[in-house]
Amino acid sequence: MEVSTTNNANGASTKSKPHHSRFTQQELPAWKPILTPGWVITSFLAIAFLFIPIGLISLFASERVVEIVYRYDQECIPEMYCDNVTGYIQSSHTNKTCIKNVTVPKKMIAPIFVYYQLDNFYQNHRRYVKSRSDKQLRSASGEFSTKGCEPEAKLGGAPIVPCGLIAWSLFNDTYSLSIEGKVIDINKKGIAWKSDTNVKFGSNVYPKNFQAGDLIGGGKLNESLPLNEQEDLIVWMRTAALPTFRKLYGKINSNLEAQDVIKVVLENNYNTYSFGGQKKLVISTTSWIGGKNDFLGIAYLTVGGICLFMALNFILLYVFKPRPLGDPSYLSWNRNSSRQ
Amino acid sequence: MQLDSNLVNDNSRLIYINNPQRTNEEYEFTGNEITTSKYTIINFLPKNLFIQFHRVAYVYFLIIAALNQLPPLAVFGRTVSLFPLLFVLTVTAIKDGYEDWRRHRSDRNENNKESLVLQIGKFQPKRWKDIRVGEVVKICADEAIPCDIVLLGTSDPSGVAYIQTMNLDGESNLKTRYARQETSLMRFEGDSISGVIRCEQPKRNIYEFTANMELNSQKVSLSQSNIILRGCHVKNTEWVVGVVVYAGQETKAMLNSAVSPSKRSRLEQAMNKETIWLSVFLFVLCVVVAIGMCLWLTRHREQIDTLPFYRKSYLVKGKFPGKPYKYYGIPMETFFAFLSSIIVFQIMIPISLYITMELVRLGQSYFMIEDKHMYDSSTNSRFQCRSLNINEDLGQIRYVFSDKTGTLTENKMEFRRASVYGKDYHNTPVVSDTNLDTETTDAIKPAASSRTEKKQKSDITTDSRLMGLLHKDVDGNEKISAHDFFLTLAACNTVIPILNRSTSMGPTDIDQDLEGIDYQGESPDEQALVAAACAYGYVLFERTSGHISLNVNGEKLRLDVLGLHEFDSIRKRMSVVIRFPNNDVKVLVKGADTSMLTILSKDLQNDDITLITERHLIEYSSEGLRTLVLAVRDLTNEEVQKWQSMYEDATTSLVDRSIKLRETASFIESNLRLLGATGIEDKLQEGVPETIECLRQAGIKVWVLTGDKQETAISIALSCKLLTPDMHRIIVNGTSASECKMLLSEAKVQKLTKCGPLALIIDGNSLVYILERDLESELFDLATSCKVVLCCRVAPLQKAGIVDLIKSRTDDMTLAIGDGANDVSMIQMADVGVGICGQEGRQAVMASDFAMGQFRFLKRLLLVHGHWNYQRMGYLVLYNFYRNAVFVFMLFWYILCAAFSTTSALTDWSSVFYSVIYTSVPTIVVGVLDKDLSHKTLLQYPKLYEAGHRNESYNSYLFWIMMADTIWQSLALFCVPRFAFNESTIDIWSIGSLWTVAVVILVNIHLAMDIQRWVLYTHISIWGSVLITYACVVVLDSIPVFPNYGTIYELAKQPTYWLSIWLIIVVALLPRFIIKAVHRMFWASDIQIAREFEILRKRRFFYGPRRSS
Repeated sequence: MEVSTTNNANGASTKSKPHHSRFTQQELPAWKPILTPGWVITSFLAIAFLFIPIGLISLFASERVVEIVYRYDQECIPEMYCDNVTGYIQSSHTNKTCIKNVTVPKKMIAPIFVYYQLDNFYQNHRRYVKSRSDKQLRSASGEFSTKGCEPEAKLGGAPIVPCGLIAWSLFNDTYSLSIEGKVIDINKKGIAWKSDTNVKFGSNVYPKNFQAGDLIGGGKLNESLPLNEQEDLIVWMRTAALPTFRKLYGKINSNLEAQDVIKVVLENNYNTYSFGGQKKLVISTTSWIGGKNDFLGIAYLTVGGICLFMALNFILLYVFKPRPLGDPSYLSWNRNSSRQ
Repeated sequence: MQLDSNLVNDNSRLIYINNPQRTNEEYEFTGNEITTSKYTIINFLPKNLFIQFHRVAYVYFLIIAALNQLPPLAVFGRTVSLFPLLFVLTVTAIKDGYEDWRRHRSDRNENNKESLVLQIGKFQPKRWKDIRVGEVVKICADEAIPCDIVLLGTSDPSGVAYIQTMNLDGESNLKTRYARQETSLMRFEGDSISGVIRCEQPKRNIYEFTANMELNSQKVSLSQSNIILRGCHVKNTEWVVGVVVYAGQETKAMLNSAVSPSKRSRLEQAMNKETIWLSVFLFVLCVVVAIGMCLWLTRHREQIDTLPFYRKSYLVKGKFPGKPYKYYGIPMETFFAFLSSIIVFQIMIPISLYITMELVRLGQSYFMIEDKHMYDSSTNSRFQCRSLNINEDLGQIRYVFSDKTGTLTENKMEFRRASVYGKDYHNTPVVSDTNLDTETTDAIKPAASSRTEKKQKSDITTDSRLMGLLHKDVDGNEKISAHDFFLTLAACNTVIPILNRSTSMGPTDIDQDLEGIDYQGESPDEQALVAAACAYGYVLFERTSGHISLNVNGEKLRLDVLGLHEFDSIRKRMSVVIRFPNNDVKVLVKGADTSMLTILSKDLQNDDITLITERHLIEYSSEGLRTLVLAVRDLTNEEVQKWQSMYEDATTSLVDRSIKLRETASFIESNLRLLGATGIEDKLQEGVPETIECLRQAGIKVWVLTGDKQETAISIALSCKLLTPDMHRIIVNGTSASECKMLLSEAKVQKLTKCGPLALIIDGNSLVYILERDLESELFDLATSCKVVLCCRVAPLQKAGIVDLIKSRTDDMTLAIGDGANDVSMIQMADVGVGICGQEGRQAVMASDFAMGQFRFLKRLLLVHGHWNYQRMGYLVLYNFYRNAVFVFMLFWYILCAAFSTTSALTDWSSVFYSVIYTSVPTIVVGVLDKDLSHKTLLQYPKLYEAGHRNESYNSYLFWIMMADTIWQSLALFCVPRFAFNESTIDIWSIGSLWTVAVVILVNIHLAMDIQRWVLYTHISIWGSVLITYACVVVLDSIPVFPNYGTIYELAKQPTYWLSIWLIIVVALLPRFIIKAVHRMFWASDIQIAREFEILRKRRFFYGPRRSS
């Protein structure tokens, strides 16, 4: 304390009168809510009346989505390789083409989205998520910043562009669809986010030394195209949040009729067999809520239902067993004394 | 000579007056430059860091940040991980730096002040920092003293100086200091003075100074009354000259500027227990992650070489074939998973909570200080928070230990009754009294009142019979006793009369002169006594170190003071040895009755009077008056000589001076002739009975510990409604251990048999026996079952002992309140110490945690502010635990979905900002501003205070409920996006962005649901922090180097994102809301009912009654 050093360090502060403002006296105008039964019931009802319609709308939207999910990872293995799946997939000499048919259950209205879905693939693994160099992706000048890209950083001393495990493990199955011999055009432009193609991936960055090592992780890149035009890579590099994920493969801008049989020609190149991952082809329409997912609708309905139920309960409680609000005779000491 | 050997042994300092060169030759004494600042520009950084890292919390921060720097554990980026630590360190460093800059500034001001110093034979101005020990300084009226000086001379020929010691002890009255007669007549200018002072080494005690001075081979003793300390001001004295003995940091003022020891609040101690539980949670989470990692690696042992998302080795031909990359084998990887999960989950232990709590307490203190209801206009003092750590303890006090004098009472003494020579005289003319002696009243009036009443502003009414006795022209023992009685009152004290200079100073014109006498003294009792003597015509108008001058009924009487034995707490009396003009020497003694009655002479007549006086004493004290006994003794020449030599020896001694003085005193304080006794009234402070009643209703036990007599204590207790007539009083006042034991066991029987409230009255003597023996627990049992405990005649240390009795045996919070130096030990012992800024100086205030002007403020302090602080702080702690835990659990669930790889979906910066920027401000604002009940309701229903006793705001039950709720909320946070975006294209940064925003909104709405008073600032902070979070997310997503670039722009377009956030909030808070509503309806707490009552009543007042009832 500075009691003694300055003349009145302590004295000065104690000798002045307090300011008499509403702020200092803690008497500012205030809203003091109390949880009255009215409030409780109103909020439950409000939530119920808000949530139930939203739930219904979401559920309808989700139901309207037509979705074809086709798992092909097991079916596309020739029988002779059943015992040596990894050998089959890793070999560059085997024929990976696989032709399957899927049926359109309902009419699908354009735009129709084609996804691939991987399972048990931890794109969110810490080793994986960090294994990239955003500097390098953005401009040619950052070519040498391969920090964090190990073990796919350099090839012999020259930097790999794009470096890192994410790029290295680029998904490289391809699909081509046709109905009765007529090819359905899959538009692969505009599948990545605008912010990614415009800013994050540079227009002057070209792949170098990519997939040139001994172990091929996945797809190769066209070395003459800048990275910002390699939309498959851009999509792939937006790493998925969950181990089961879809990524956009392309868009179909024509309608598909119900009971159409789509012939899918797959190039089954990507190795998920080594870790038992599944691969699926997904053809789906969307609604405002996104893909087919009933969760939000059901959850909203459930919560709305619970709130409605609670509101009714509270109304009953309020009618049959009311407690007069703010009655001092309910204070504990008053209750005790009246009991005695 | 004995003195010399003492000095050599003592290693005392030698000061050559006006010869600083020689003084500082052998050993350079500290200069007068003072530095209260802690840092210089050069050492600021290292020293400040060193001090800051004394906090365990910061060390934890540092270890976590250091762990993160290890390559295998780099969970966050380098800079990001250091951010929280740097942030906190910087904020604290800026705060410390600013404070230190202010200290530097005030030091500079202080050091550059100027004073007159004797240089080359002349007094010339010199800056304070250049003043050295041994120099002679001159200080003029109203100037401050630059260092501790021994007075050599003053403008007053008798060598008196008046000083104000406000800055040292806060007492505003003037004190006298004396220059020794030997030096007071010296001429200082010109190099004529020389001499040596031997004094003790610098000590902290400002009430003690031992030294002697050698002047021309003559030894002169120096004591406390000859020294003026730094920080005092010279008043009513034209100038003083003194020699510097201690300078700079060695002055007593600087040695005393220590900070009071810090206490830790009960809530904080309880909180530590829960913090340990949180550590257990943290440990469990980390172990789960580590085990998960271990199992996962074992299961994928064959694949991890090639697994695209793991790739443990290079697998490149040539340079490093098969060399593992950041892979150290399964056991090490498991261990690293454990460590890195500690880094990710670090905020489970809410380190920022300690800083938040400090800030909140600061805000709370501000409102306590500013409370106009705790401002004492009579002394112009506002509430003071001297300790910033225990605000919330005020809401849980169960025992209040109160001093009586100055705390319950005003400590403004008024002379009420006197017993002279066995006759009782009133000062209060009661109706019945005037009826009894109407004839004398009229007779005396012209004689007495004409003179006396205009003299004293306090208008002491005099007793006409006593007045008559004094003016009767008869000789006799009674008259002599009465005369001596008032002489003693006027002379045996340390009061200083200060003449009002505006009136003329003619020596013959004393009567006029007396009009403006102002008595300044250290003891209010003495002031009252002197004022009384004055009213009866014994006017003290001059006091110097050598003599006092009285005006006895218009006659001037000069008395030489041969010696004065000051009051001490062991003797409990003071005496003064006086030589009358006719060379008679008398010792006049006054003191507490117990200490006086034993040293009276045993002749027969005296015995009679003694008996009657004792009866009067009992009567007085039962009226609540403070009593003093006066006695006198004529000294023979031999006695005087013997005493003088003893006194001389004692006063010049440097060691054991007080013991020697006590021996000397007891030599003459014996065989005294009883003169009579006085009864002084100490008025109750305003609002004391109401406050005590209120505190008692609030379930607080009020114990009064006083140094007064049992009868006085009981009567004061009755008048302040502490004791009520229906109480059964158990009185324990034994004089031996066995008696005490017997009394205690008797009391036990009474406790069982008597119905109705019990009051225990116990005296200091019995306490000595009880606290020393093993009777403590019996006393404890008895005392706690009594409604009121009254301890009288207790010594300061015993007060602390009683507080300790409760403190060590129960978990209850104790509060001690007092105003005097004798309460310091009690104030320091209690959990909360409250000082009253009263008449008795500032020692109690200096030792206290809170200080205020009046006892009645205690009601407001505890019932209103204590309640608020406790509610706020309890909620704040729980909320902070919740806020951090919900975040950590959310991360944990996600890690289970990421192959136990301690990935955080949130960006590094968002993780770090969460507790520092996103959610910190609302907690602080709510902790400072939220208010459950208005002060009116809290004061109307004191029982609401018991919520604090029941630990309603913070207990382990609430903690576990809160943890369960936290886990539910974190599951809602995690699961809603997890399933809403199941099998979708969502990427890790999008889901992280969603979680960032969702968790911030969630915790803010959680807080909003519990806020009881929404003022503008609350709205701003709550909704502002949501907006700031969004702003930060947008900014972070607009920086192209981050991988999360552009996320929020794409994400916000998706309705699912918004629907998920709404769903998270409703699902997470639904159980809490339901439980809260049900609880309110069926198990409403008192606070809730009172709150409804308060708010609905106000509404009804506005909108008219809804029901006829």
